[in-house]
Amino acid sequence: MSRSSKSHDGPANPSRRGLLKAGIAGAGLVAGAGLARAAGGDPANLPPNVADWSRYLGPGVDAAPYGMPSEHEAQVVRRSVEWLTASRESSINFTPLHELDGIITPNGLCFERHHGGVAEMNPTDYRLMINGLVDKPLIFTLEDLKRFPRVNRLYFLECAANSGMEWRGAQLNGCQFTHGMVHCVMYTGVPLKYLLEEAGLKTNAKWIMPEGGDAAGMNRSVPIEKALDDCIVAFKMNGEALRPEQGYPARLVVPGWEGNMWVKWLRRIEVGDMPWHAREETSKYTDLLEGGKARRFTWVMDAKSVITSPSPQAPILHAKGATVLTGLAWSGNGRITRVDVTLDGGKNWHEARIDGPSLPKALHRFYFEFDWDGSELLLQSRAHDETGYVQPTKDALRAVRGTNSIYHNNGIQTWYVKADGGVENVEIS
Amino acid sequence: MSRFLKVAALSVGAALALSQPLQAGSLGLGTPATPEEIAGWDIDVRPDGAGLPEGRGTVAEGEAIFSEQCAVCHGDFGEGAGRWPVLAGGQDTLTSEAPVKTIGSYWPYLSTVYDYIHRAMPYGNAQSLSADETYAVVAYLLYLNDIVDDEEFELSKENFASIRLPNEDGFIDDGRPDTPLASEAPPCMSECKAEVKITKRARIIDVTPEDDGEVSGMAVD
Repeated sequence: MSRSSKSHDGPANPSRRGLLKAGIAGAGLVAGAGLARAAGGDPANLPPNVADWSRYLGPGVDAAPYGMPSEHEAQVVRRSVEWLTASRESSINFTPLHELDGIITPNGLCFERHHGGVAEMNPTDYRLMINGLVDKPLIFTLEDLKRFPRVNRLYFLECAANSGMEWRGAQLNGCQFTHGMVHCVMYTGVPLKYLLEEAGLKTNAKWIMPEGGDAAGMNRSVPIEKALDDCIVAFKMNGEALRPEQGYPARLVVPGWEGNMWVKWLRRIEVGDMPWHAREETSKYTDLLEGGKARRFTWVMDAKSVITSPSPQAPILHAKGATVLTGLAWSGNGRITRVDVTLDGGKNWHEARIDGPSLPKALHRFYFEFDWDGSELLLQSRAHDETGYVQPTKDALRAVRGTNSIYHNNGIQTWYVKADGGVENVEIS
Repeated sequence: MSRFLKVAALSVGAALALSQPLQAGSLGLGTPATPEEIAGWDIDVRPDGAGLPEGRGTVAEGEAIFSEQCAVCHGDFGEGAGRWPVLAGGQDTLTSEAPVKTIGSYWPYLSTVYDYIHRAMPYGNAQSLSADETYAVVAYLLYLNDIVDDEEFELSKENFASIRLPNEDGFIDDGRPDTPLASEAPPCMSECKAEVKITKRARIIDVTPEDDGEVSGMAVD
């Protein structure tokens, strides 16, 4: 093969997806690791040949003032499920968990949930008002907020409806869709406590009502204990300004609690002596139980986990042998202390390996390395948190709550790995 | 000790491990909010009526506003067009297979109806309804839900708190954890069950977004 041939002139590049299809068609992944490796690249770029990138200069330093991922990562994007909602402006999309690793979600991939679209706010026109049961109602500019002492905290944000479509059974094929309403970033901001103290809380201050500056005017009631404990008014995520879709220029961070309460484009905080019973804590974010009563103020997100690979969007593409199983675990009640995984649908469990920081109310990354013999598997993961809570099965949750509570589905997920390496979302007995 | 308190205690322990910046009292940041500034933004309404503005509106007035500004999405009678929310009906469905959760069947407080319509509706033109118009639309929604039956009924700041919604008592506090803790039921680790069967498959339902006939986002080279 000529060294000058450009890669696109070379033989068609068989995709891993193509290989998977070949496996499904019966050509078999049992052909051996050598085949998988040989099929996975353009010979012109492989030894002993020397690829173009080893010979010619690449783009210079200013080619991308704000860099983007490699074009080969174009599939790593947020995705939505159009039938879930009536409009694009009050809707949801999903983080591609199956493509990510570690515990930090890249800003551009953090799932979005808006109720009135993205408020496009000019930071010089940003104002945060604090009023109600305070000594001194105040208005802060963004520059004012940046003059308070700051903290840096890593927290997961999970939509209360994450996995909500799965209450009645296995519906969506992919952990992006079943579990992707979660992200985890490092927030920089001001403890809410400092802002409330600046205004001076009256003795009968029992609740606060954060309110968004978007067209939905998102408002929720938060008990004062939580507001004074660990809530943050954040203006940075992963070191840079919040993304517009994440509340630029400032949002509320409510660690461990359902994402709806993390009010974006935060414009006002009212202090009161009783909850407001806003639409988002009566009509929505209340959990209907089987008897017809509904739980309200179900704030905390309980311990949960999911295997992100293998998963329906991340099938096993190699032959049998060394295999890495990985996933995420998190709890709104503190740290994850342990994750168990099973390969045989819960007959036998193994303790997985948590790697990376273990921080309260943050995503945890776990791994379980095993030797796949090519047979069918039923994968599950089971998280434990520091309060002694053990992630329940979906059946255990349904036995208590029925199937119409929409929110707070933290039941154990099952993936069915077939002999060809393909993976499906299933439920098992 | 309640689980909540245990969690609170753990949180304190965790906080000690993190560096907390010093903040000694007021920093003198921010500017006083004037009554006019507060009045412009403080629009919330509580179940006890706190926050309601002066005003009034009748069912008949509300019907006219609703047909013009709301019915295109919510239907002439609050029945919902297409996938847009249903606002009326659904009584006695909360225990059924497919609950219809509306203002009449599910919402606990009328204050929420006023608050939400005024702050967020019509969708795409929020905060455009006057206080009188909002009272009128809320009155019409009471009529559509058979909570008032007189077209001449007038809702106002004065009589607002006297109206109660049917499902006010339908809500209970968070009852979690509602599954056993490890201390109560240590999870099984080996030989936990003899047989496992697949009972449900997402593939059969087939509603996942696809690219070229495959689930979106499949890993590719």
